[in-house]
Amino acid sequence: MIKIDHLVKNYGANCAVDDISFEVQRGEIVGLLGPNGAGKSTTMNILTGYLSATSGSVSVAGLDVLDNPLEAKKHIGYLPEQPPLYLDMTVEEYLIFNYNLKGCKLNRTKHLEEICDIVKIRDVYKRVIKNLSKGYRQRVGIAQALIGSPEVIIFDEPTVGLDPKQIIEIRNLLRNLGKDHTVILSTHILQEVQAVCDRIVIINKGKIVADELTENITRAVENNRRFQVKICGPQKEVLQMLRSKPGIIYAEVLAQRDGDAYCYTIESEVGVDIRKTLFYTLAEKNWPLVGMEALGMSLEDIFIAIVDQSTSKNRYERRDTRAKTARGRSDVEQQVAKKVVESTGKKQGGEFSALFGNDDESEQ
Amino acid sequence: MFAIYKKELRSYFINAIGYVYVGVFLAAAALLCCYTTLVSNSYKTTSYFTMLIFSFIILIPLLTMKLFAEEKKLRTEQLLLTAPVSIWGMVMGKFLAASTLFVGTVLVSCINFFPMYSYANTERLADEYGTTHIGPVTGEIVACVVGIILIGLAFVAIGMFVSSLTENQLAAAVITVAIILVMLILDLLNQYINVYAIRFVISWFSVLSRFSNFTTGILDFSAILYYLSIAGVFLLLTVRVYDKRRWG
Repeated sequence: MIKIDHLVKNYGANCAVDDISFEVQRGEIVGLLGPNGAGKSTTMNILTGYLSATSGSVSVAGLDVLDNPLEAKKHIGYLPEQPPLYLDMTVEEYLIFNYNLKGCKLNRTKHLEEICDIVKIRDVYKRVIKNLSKGYRQRVGIAQALIGSPEVIIFDEPTVGLDPKQIIEIRNLLRNLGKDHTVILSTHILQEVQAVCDRIVIINKGKIVADELTENITRAVENNRRFQVKICGPQKEVLQMLRSKPGIIYAEVLAQRDGDAYCYTIESEVGVDIRKTLFYTLAEKNWPLVGMEALGMSLEDIFIAIVDQSTSKNRYERRDTRAKTARGRSDVEQQVAKKVVESTGKKQGGEFSALFGNDDESEQ
Repeated sequence: MFAIYKKELRSYFINAIGYVYVGVFLAAAALLCCYTTLVSNSYKTTSYFTMLIFSFIILIPLLTMKLFAEEKKLRTEQLLLTAPVSIWGMVMGKFLAASTLFVGTVLVSCINFFPMYSYANTERLADEYGTTHIGPVTGEIVACVVGIILIGLAFVAIGMFVSSLTENQLAAAVITVAIILVMLILDLLNQYINVYAIRFVISWFSVLSRFSNFTTGILDFSAILYYLSIAGVFLLLTVRVYDKRRWG
């Protein structure tokens, strides 16, 4: 449905998009994920024909966006980062304008009513856009993108600035849209892509650093290898035992205590379930295990791992792995997991926003 | 294109600007007409039309300043540029909307001539011999109206081009005023230049010098072509501005 082939976009000497290639199939919801300034919006602007590419090609529904922009644009509904609203129009006038602008052939009243029901703007239909709240404006922007029922819908950070309830509503909306449209969504919120998308393409500094099915990443997250355990027993010896035990690659005492039990964080090797052996070992030594809790590996960890690596390594191999995903999912899982292992040594429980802060500073 | 045309035309009358433009234009036209013909006891409309052209210095920027500057500021141009409309379609839609309002107002302002015709009628009845023509020359008026419409369209295209360069409406207005002013006073400057070659070039470029044929009732083909070319060139430049931005 969408094919991006070796896309490059330079702004003067500044390279915003650096040789990006990926494809999106019909009915897929793809999340473009990346820190600020990664090239997400630029990619989307090129995809919608707003900007031209320095080199490479982009086609939508088999039509090249640069060679045949008018036809290609008919297949695209686009919500830019800032919804393009004429503030002095009412919602109705605005939607009718868009209906005419896009040369839509569907029955007007019926089509607009349907869209209003989808994005829930019926109650503000006659109001002037200037007087609407940010959430409603965003929805009017989404409504605009849906007019003409385009095959491809592109949303640039659709949930920015909305309250949590609206965010959930819009995510549900996106998921529903994905049933009969191809959706590309950009965001820097991992939970969002995890909640909505079938596939995640991670972009950093203009390059694709990862292109995985969401379920692979989610599985890697669920495939827990980090635990918090509470063990009654002499702290030093327990720690020594944990560290010397085969299968455990990391163990540390936490400051936290639970009665006479000490808390430890441990991490196992990839593909090793240490829970049972750990239990028997402790039983042998007569150190009661009073608690074991899986520590979720957050998507943040994965993201940090991938973005960290991308700065130094060639990403082409990763793209190749995507081709294999259908067959060898465990490969992918292990790769992702390995990356996480590598990263957790450096960064633990990294705050996502902090990453962006650092990133921006380093760029300056 | 038609959607953009309709939207622009509508937006003139949602904001006060359309009413201000029409009001000021009609008031200015009526006053000028009154003073140049009725008050000064003359049926000659030349000075009326010439002065009306000078009022374009203020009036045309009112029409054109927001055309692109506002879109850019509100980021709505992204909507237009990602819609299945060509850049030419977008530019022409806006140009035609501004032109429609402009031409419409000029045509409405033609009611100013009715008093002259009615005076002429009474005077003709009083004229016993009926040998000389009494009253305004319709041919001249028609030619002049055609002339100022063409000049206005050229100015609209210029104003639109300026508007596409900035996102500040005020800046667009001021620059347009300056450009139109210079184009109009070129002719006046000419009187103070002694070198024939320079005078020739300036009068070739001058908007007003080409208008003089219209005032004698001649539809000067070269002048028509000249005004239309100015409009065409600036429309093309506006399209180029958007093309260039895409590739920038």
